[in-house]
Amino acid sequence: MAHAYTPGLKVMPCTLLKKKRLLPIPGKVLAALDQQVDSLDVVAQTELPGKVFSVNVANRLAVGPDEIQGFMLKAEGDPVKKGDIIAENKPFLKWFKTSVESPVDGTVEAISFITGQVLLREPPKVLPIKAYVKGKVVEVTPNFGVTIEAEGTFIQGIFGIGGETNGEICVAVSSPDEDLQPEALKETHKGKILIGGKHASLATIKRAIELGVNAIVVGGIHDRDLRQLLGYDIGVAVTGSEQLGVTVIITEGFGMIPMAEYTFKLLSSRNGEKASVSGATQIRAGVMRPEIIVPGFPKNVTECKKDQGRGWIEPGDPIRIIREPHFGVIGTVKSLPPELTVIGSESHARVLEVTLDGGEVIVIPRANIEVLEK
Amino acid sequence: MSKKDLEIIIATDCGSTTTKAILIEKKGDTYRQTFRGEAPTTVEAPFEDVTKGVLNSITEVEELSGRKILDGERIITPNSGNTGADIYVSTSSAGGGLQMMVAGAVKAMTGESAQRCALGAGAIVMDVLASNDGRADHEKIERIRQLRPDMMLLSGGTDGGTITHVVELAQFLKAADPKPRLGASYKLPVIYAGNNKAHAQITEILGANTALIITENLRPTLEKENLMPARHKIHDIFLEHVMQQAPGYPRLMKMVGAPIMPTPAAVGTMTEKFAKANNFNVLAVDIGGATTDVFSVFSGVFNRTVSANLGMSYSISNVMAEAGLANILRWLPFDMDEQDLRNRLKNKMIRPTTIPQTVEDLQIEHAVAREALRLAFDQHKALAVGLKGVQQERSISDAFDQTSSGQSLINVMKLDYVIGSGGILAHSPRRTQSMLMMIDAYQPEGITRMAVDSIFMMPHLGVLAQISEKAALDVFYHDCLVRLGTCLAPKGLAKEGQLIMEWEVTGSDGSRQAGELRFGDILHVPFAAPKARLVAKPAKGFDMGAGPGNRAEADIEGGVVGLVLDGRGRPFNLAKDPTKRRDDLNKWYKAMEMYPV
Repeated sequence: MAHAYTPGLKVMPCTLLKKKRLLPIPGKVLAALDQQVDSLDVVAQTELPGKVFSVNVANRLAVGPDEIQGFMLKAEGDPVKKGDIIAENKPFLKWFKTSVESPVDGTVEAISFITGQVLLREPPKVLPIKAYVKGKVVEVTPNFGVTIEAEGTFIQGIFGIGGETNGEICVAVSSPDEDLQPEALKETHKGKILIGGKHASLATIKRAIELGVNAIVVGGIHDRDLRQLLGYDIGVAVTGSEQLGVTVIITEGFGMIPMAEYTFKLLSSRNGEKASVSGATQIRAGVMRPEIIVPGFPKNVTECKKDQGRGWIEPGDPIRIIREPHFGVIGTVKSLPPELTVIGSESHARVLEVTLDGGEVIVIPRANIEVLEK
Repeated sequence: MSKKDLEIIIATDCGSTTTKAILIEKKGDTYRQTFRGEAPTTVEAPFEDVTKGVLNSITEVEELSGRKILDGERIITPNSGNTGADIYVSTSSAGGGLQMMVAGAVKAMTGESAQRCALGAGAIVMDVLASNDGRADHEKIERIRQLRPDMMLLSGGTDGGTITHVVELAQFLKAADPKPRLGASYKLPVIYAGNNKAHAQITEILGANTALIITENLRPTLEKENLMPARHKIHDIFLEHVMQQAPGYPRLMKMVGAPIMPTPAAVGTMTEKFAKANNFNVLAVDIGGATTDVFSVFSGVFNRTVSANLGMSYSISNVMAEAGLANILRWLPFDMDEQDLRNRLKNKMIRPTTIPQTVEDLQIEHAVAREALRLAFDQHKALAVGLKGVQQERSISDAFDQTSSGQSLINVMKLDYVIGSGGILAHSPRRTQSMLMMIDAYQPEGITRMAVDSIFMMPHLGVLAQISEKAALDVFYHDCLVRLGTCLAPKGLAKEGQLIMEWEVTGSDGSRQAGELRFGDILHVPFAAPKARLVAKPAKGFDMGAGPGNRAEADIEGGVVGLVLDGRGRPFNLAKDPTKRRDDLNKWYKAMEMYPV
């Protein structure tokens, strides 16, 4: 049977997930093998070396770099407080005295007699890594962190901004093609993961930040709103470190696009339950998509399906068209003709026939669809 | 086996997504590329072994050619009958290529030389640190700490000069304690190519915490740049450290018959060999999904730049951010809502493998491509310059001609040949689209030949050129280059409709074409003869390379597009009035038969 490889976004009622939670540099692992952890538990921690500041003592005292030794009041390794005098000259007249103060709290890292420079390092900062998802520790990577296993609902978005957060799922619209209006947001949404429909405007997102909503999940946003929200254009899709006060995940794309019915229904079935959410997106070298994880089985599901990751499509598969002129349209694969076909742009491409809801059949390049993985 | 006995060559290029294999066979006295195969690159999980993709791509060549090349996972050498190959060579840009950070004392002098050195070696330069780069010291240290390069190049000071600045940079480097990108337990390789008087101090500061390699100064005097020793060291470390950490590369290194080259370094080598063999000034560009590489050889001087965030898919949104929406919209022959364009480009960014299905969508991508090519070329012109800081002796007569040091080496009037590669140029539905996109982006003046590398074979040929220049050049001329034709663009400005040039072209096959060119028009003349003689008589004030108003004669090439006579003038500007601009674009696109009506 003809098939083609087309990875899609995962929208799974229940699957077995593994999450690696590792420190960027070695540190201490705080969770043990087989331990049950909650999403906010700290599983590993390290100290990031403090920032380094430089002071050119030779210039400040108007002496040669090789002469500063005689004027230093602090040695390498000495602790200092901001404002402490680290070097001073000894003139005959007190009036001509020059002192060099430490610009930061920390330690003296290095003194150079070639450049006359003194490097001061701030105290280290503690960097904790949280579990992020509720589950069980199944692997410990010594000095770096743990791998957590959890069963639950797993939904990938196509693009997001903002980092990891947690909260209760709250469906704020009645259908997937409803626009999430600012007026629909209430004080009670504070700390929640808000589910919308086809779109959230800049006003809606700003209102969410005001109210302390933890995350918004919608079908689409306009790029112009994103630019205004961030204050700059995103050039390359590497996100997750934005500090906006809210995480935003879009499930379909840019524009006003109803959230896929299946995704919306699945999220609705978990209304009121606790979820872990991340907006981090990376579309290069190791693709990372934003995600919504709700631990535990949905109400009517008794069996947890393994992520099969079939990796190909066959006639009968549900697909979503992801490029103009039919962007966002959902249909079913009718056939996969093997030969190259000339498309409207005159390119020769592999195509598939798609049956739309109304029974109409259209031809689409295979590159322009994605499978709805359930 | 001696080099002259090479008969069968297998070559691969391991790209970030695809590994491409080509088979080259000696037919009579000439080498020809005969079969090609490709397979997904297998550097990342779940495979994590680059050789799997290599073997898969070679298997495809085996199936197509009927030649047995592999014995299990080993390449059979030498060739015998219908079995084996005489040599296997490969390039690689998988896993993000070679990523470097460079540092120099003065940004415009040693900083720039260090940047040119790293780029020429095929690296992506993540940042250029300099004592005077405008950042506070602690910001520099933070930056070093954040980036995780594959290696670092430290330079600064001329030989025997002051050592203060370069020692200061070394101290910052030590304080930052940077880690290499691959292999967390390894020390970061640091190449020192600065003032030779500072060797002892640099060793004292960096010797213990980094894998320090000391080489000759890349700027021994202000008047001299000596990039080769440091460039060789970069290649050595690329092979010894970086490649050893990448999944499967130690095995791949045992398979090849010549050292693996970073893909851009191989393309650069091929560009240089082609320019040298023909005594041409050459511009070559490779526009990919994420990055655009530009190579040039002008008056024998090679330069390469890589615009890391200008590309047609992953980076398409960054082209919009850098060029501005108005500059993309100006190439569209129809009206389009700004919000719609923004959303479309962002949707391409998040789903980078989609392709334009409609002509309108294709025209949008072509508009973005022009801007990506133009911006990457601007960046190239800014770095492909003469040495800055050089003292110039001026006589009284020069006093009124105050040219500063560091002038760009790129002169579009003297440009002989443009080679385009990358999906948008190599696989356009019509070749006229590729040619006009390059003309619009580069605005060549006078006489410029143009070609595309249809299946991006330049990497394979660049690495092969290290073994056999003849084999590489044979295949380059016969199978790699798809000759588009020649662009004839008189430099000057006039009123629309005014006669600006009379021209006549006689092909090597005896075919003859002649005509007139008027200002504001584009003439497209199909002309396939590989060699032809042009006689151009530009009007007063217009220059075809022999000076304003002077008759110019030259050898040119026909091709799959033919001759494009560009009468839009230089400098070329689109009309400000939107209706006039769209009418002009429609007229030119129609003249070029760019798109289906």
